Amino acid sequence: MASAMTPVSVRDAPPARPARRRPSWSWLGLVPFFLFSIAFMFLPIMFLVVGSFQDSEGQLTLENYADLSTGVIPNAFANSIEISAVTAIGGGLLGFLLAYSVILGGLPRFLRTALMTFSGVASNFAGVPLALAFIFTLGQAAILTAWLKTLGVDLYGSGFSLYTKIGLELVYMYFQFPLMVLIIAPALDGLRREWREAAENVGASSGQYWRHVAIPILMPSLMGAVILLFGNAFGAQATAFQLTGGTLNIVTLVISSQIRGDVQHNPGLGYAIAMGMVVIMAISIALYSVLQRRAERWLR
Amino acid sequence: MRGRGSLWAWMIFGLGAAYFIVPLIATFEFSIRTKPDMFLAYRQVLADPKFGDGLWYSFIVGVLTIVVSLLIIVPTAYWVRLKVPRLRPIVEFVTLMPFVIPPIILVFGLIRIYSRQPLVLTATDIGSNVLLVAAYVVLSFPYMYRAVDTGLAAIDVRTLTEAAQSLGAGWARIILRLIFPNLRTALISGAFLTLAIVVGEYTIANFLARPAFGPYLSLLGQNQPFQPAAVSLISFGLTWLAMGMITFLGRGARTRVQVAGAR
Repeated sequence: MASAMTPVSVRDAPPARPARRRPSWSWLGLVPFFLFSIAFMFLPIMFLVVGSFQDSEGQLTLENYADLSTGVIPNAFANSIEISAVTAIGGGLLGFLLAYSVILGGLPRFLRTALMTFSGVASNFAGVPLALAFIFTLGQAAILTAWLKTLGVDLYGSGFSLYTKIGLELVYMYFQFPLMVLIIAPALDGLRREWREAAENVGASSGQYWRHVAIPILMPSLMGAVILLFGNAFGAQATAFQLTGGTLNIVTLVISSQIRGDVQHNPGLGYAIAMGMVVIMAISIALYSVLQRRAERWLR
Repeated sequence: MRGRGSLWAWMIFGLGAAYFIVPLIATFEFSIRTKPDMFLAYRQVLADPKFGDGLWYSFIVGVLTIVVSLLIIVPTAYWVRLKVPRLRPIVEFVTLMPFVIPPIILVFGLIRIYSRQPLVLTATDIGSNVLLVAAYVVLSFPYMYRAVDTGLAAIDVRTLTEAAQSLGAGWARIILRLIFPNLRTALISGAFLTLAIVVGEYTIANFLARPAFGPYLSLLGQNQPFQPAAVSLISFGLTWLAMGMITFLGRGARTRVQVAGAR
């Protein structure tokens, strides 16, 4: 998500004498967009919102939200948050180092092009085929597992399984770190050579330059990117479903079984879980946009 | 210093490259384990009508999504810039909503509201197809709007519009003959990104019980040993193709849209 610059709109010259105010109908041009958004986004979400405050007889209640603390639900939220945080920070770190190595690390220019292209592909190679590719890589009968065993590393013998939290984290990393590369590359490009030269002129070492100039400037971008990665993992369903067959206890899979209508037969609870997810997503996106605005102060 | 690179830079790059390539090699290795015919899995997949049907269905849905999305977003972004800039924050907010609403939540709401009176869409194939395209269009809003809006910023919308109007062009003509061609690069990037997303999408297609490529591959993955490996690689190739087109056609463009949402 590159920063979009908004040019100051060109103002028309002031009219010679104040025009009579006519009611403006120009907003009518936006009706198709808003109608579509209402029909296929707001109404469905409102349905979930309203439903989350109703019991099975349609009476107003807060019971569904109280029930969020029962059964597998708290654990599902904890797992989802943990997986998203681990892959956001891990993917963020690897992605940042990768972007740094090709942009500022002095690697040949064509490697940068290769990395950016691959990142575009890999960040969009998610879902079912990605989960399958990892099953063929690190599943029990897969080649990498067998190869590691000949090297003396018995993955499954030492308690590892691809179909658990750690396995899912490894899979998510495949699209997380390329996404980080895509997001952070413009910020690294925006580090101006003059800043480094200015720092060197006043006798700063490379470490001091990074600690006192580059990192503080990059910080909003870095944190914003990591939050975006968090949301990216938090909302993912297909990858986890294909990998674990729905057995892993994370929020998107709990909601999946709610949509199918099994388990507790309490639709209101399903809606409340969905709302919990939306709230967490909303908080992360709000944080992201605040940080993004700060980052844009420097990177233009 | 440029051109050689330090040791650690090479090491990081090697790690990233390995993470990227190893699963692909492993998947390929698995897909040719069939004996004695190495390419049996590929032959079986290509001979299976469900493969072609699923891919074709998803492709058509992708194209419809692109058309509807462009028909909604381009006039809207244009109108916001030209006539109602004070509504820009609201429009931007709406287009960013899909970041807050993951596909699983969107399809949850869509199924619940459109499976009851007054508008039962999930009961028929056509209704479900409409819901599927509509959901994908919503998911395309964030990057489509951004791409179009950035594209509009690069051309002088007001002057172009006034020039066209003074030559007697109407609104439909202005948008189709003037705005669309000027936004070509942005629109093409958005279109290919949409294709890459829609063709592999699983969550929404599955819950709407659509015969799409994603659910087909998912089912295959649960029932067959070698074919899923072959199809996963084909699917990766298709993603590569779509993103390659964006890079190729988007050379020199101001922005390249490459980031979509969670899956």
